[in-house]
Amino acid sequence: MPVGAAVAAGVLAVLVLGALIGPVLRPARVDLDRVYAAPSLAHPMGADGSGRDLLAMVLSAMRVSLVISVLAAAVAVAVGVTIGAVAGILGRWADALTMRFIDFMASQNHFLFAILLVVLFRPVLGGQGAVLLSVGLTHWTTVARIIRSELLSLRTRPFIAAAIGGGAGRWRLFRRHLLPHLAPATITAMILLVPHAIFHESGLSFLGLGLPAHRASLGNMLADSQHAIYAGAWWTVLYPGLVIFALAASVGTLGEWLRDRTQPRWRSELQL
Amino acid sequence: MLRRTRGGRSPSSTWAMIGRRLLALPVVLLAVAAFTFFLARVSPRDPVQSYATVQSTVRQQTAEEIAAAWGLNEPPHRQFLSWLGNLLRGDLGNSRLLGGQPVLDEIGARLLPSAVLVGAALLLVLVGGLLAGTAAAAFRDTWVDRAVRTLCYVNLAAPSFWIGLLMIWVFAIQLGWLPPGGMTDPRAVDPPLVDLRHLILPALTLAAAQHAWFTLYVRNTVLSVRQDDYVRFAEASGLGRGTVLFRHALPNALLPFLTLTGAHLAELIGGTVLAETIFGWPGVGQLAVQAALAADLPLLLAITLAGSVLVVLGNLTADVSYRIADPRVREPAL
Repeated sequence: MPVGAAVAAGVLAVLVLGALIGPVLRPARVDLDRVYAAPSLAHPMGADGSGRDLLAMVLSAMRVSLVISVLAAAVAVAVGVTIGAVAGILGRWADALTMRFIDFMASQNHFLFAILLVVLFRPVLGGQGAVLLSVGLTHWTTVARIIRSELLSLRTRPFIAAAIGGGAGRWRLFRRHLLPHLAPATITAMILLVPHAIFHESGLSFLGLGLPAHRASLGNMLADSQHAIYAGAWWTVLYPGLVIFALAASVGTLGEWLRDRTQPRWRSELQL
Repeated sequence: MLRRTRGGRSPSSTWAMIGRRLLALPVVLLAVAAFTFFLARVSPRDPVQSYATVQSTVRQQTAEEIAAAWGLNEPPHRQFLSWLGNLLRGDLGNSRLLGGQPVLDEIGARLLPSAVLVGAALLLVLVGGLLAGTAAAAFRDTWVDRAVRTLCYVNLAAPSFWIGLLMIWVFAIQLGWLPPGGMTDPRAVDPPLVDLRHLILPALTLAAAQHAWFTLYVRNTVLSVRQDDYVRFAEASGLGRGTVLFRHALPNALLPFLTLTGAHLAELIGGTVLAETIFGWPGVGQLAVQAALAADLPLLLAITLAGSVLVVLGNLTADVSYRIADPRVREPAL
């Protein structure tokens, strides 16, 4: 393991541990005597506009953002694997049509599109569900391309011909013979998508289009800090953003290390 | 050989390519239109409610009247065709957010500020990336290279709106050098069209999200092109390092970036949403957020469509200029 990946693993371990046990050890309480209190020994990150300890807020926001980002990446991977599998297994015109669709989606502006999806589906799915859906439906294209090309190269392998010769149907072929070979690529693609999902969740929440305002997410905290900064509370801007940065950088570095080890051919396919 | 290549330059083939791509444009737009229409159809949002205000509920009879007036009770394919017909006539509907104004007028009025912002950011990305990337390659493995690369990696992992907020804190609030928002000084008697002081921070924020890929691209390209025979020949001929780099290596190495610029235009346009919101820049991106917050579907759909048109046109422009700049692409495969 190179130094960079080891450091990233350490940082991520600390962040995840903090997200897990932090909210238990350090619950956030409203304290109107401490509104916008500057960082001190008792409150290393200061306090926010309701006098809540910023460290406690950051820890619970991190938990929310991490869970949502991982789920959103999983949705994107599920969509991508399905569409990539349709292209790679059916082949011919289905493949051509799907590839056109992928090219078309990939060239579109995914942030505007994500906003449209959130607005359309928030009434039924709620803020959290809409974020999952919009990230999932805008980030699947790279996954679909990877799965398709993996399937195309798998199809020519002898063990697939043997399975077909043995009488395996399409579904059994996919489930028993192709899917296990797709697992490493799928997991790597998902890890590489997590930083994107973190950006999108925080970006959408920052605009007021993501999680409901009462939920402590990193994007919501930054949205509040937009006003707090004029009151001189720089810590409300610095720390939530720093956590997003640390999360994205550590997950991204780990993902790239994993990619270089397991999928050396991808270098140009998925980039942080 | 060289003369034959030059002789093979036929402007007609470039024109044919432009023609083909322009013909494909309506197909792409039809796909975007159909896709957005499909999404709006399957979404649970009631189109009648979206013409009423958020708080008010509409009586059953009134709802039916509104639905009839807008043709909402017709079958989906008829709705799509009439929507498409309106689209072709330039009627994208009226915006509730803007008090019933046609959405196209409002988008048109806000295009210029967004174009100024995107243009300035693109300039920053290209010039800054070219300088920083070349410097990093020329001083490979020195502190210059390390600093440039670190900055790139930081920018890849830091959300641009956070960088924008930090810059407001440092440059607008602490130092007071630059205004924190708006496009012009509200106190100015006769404000200029574009106030450069107001442009700097938003353009830097927008560029921050995009400069890293370009800088790293320039760095890697310059590093690899320095191994090429023609560059080594130029160096062996006794030309200075700077001459070789700027006259021989860079012009050839950087041609493909024209295509990349087209591809990243979509990201830049998407970035305006966050940058304009932070800095109160009166462009289309800010309008998109306002439309989204008010659930003003006609306006939001129109902005999404306009974004798609711009991205398609941007890609086309990039490909055409690539063909004009690089004769090799025009030639049939050797």
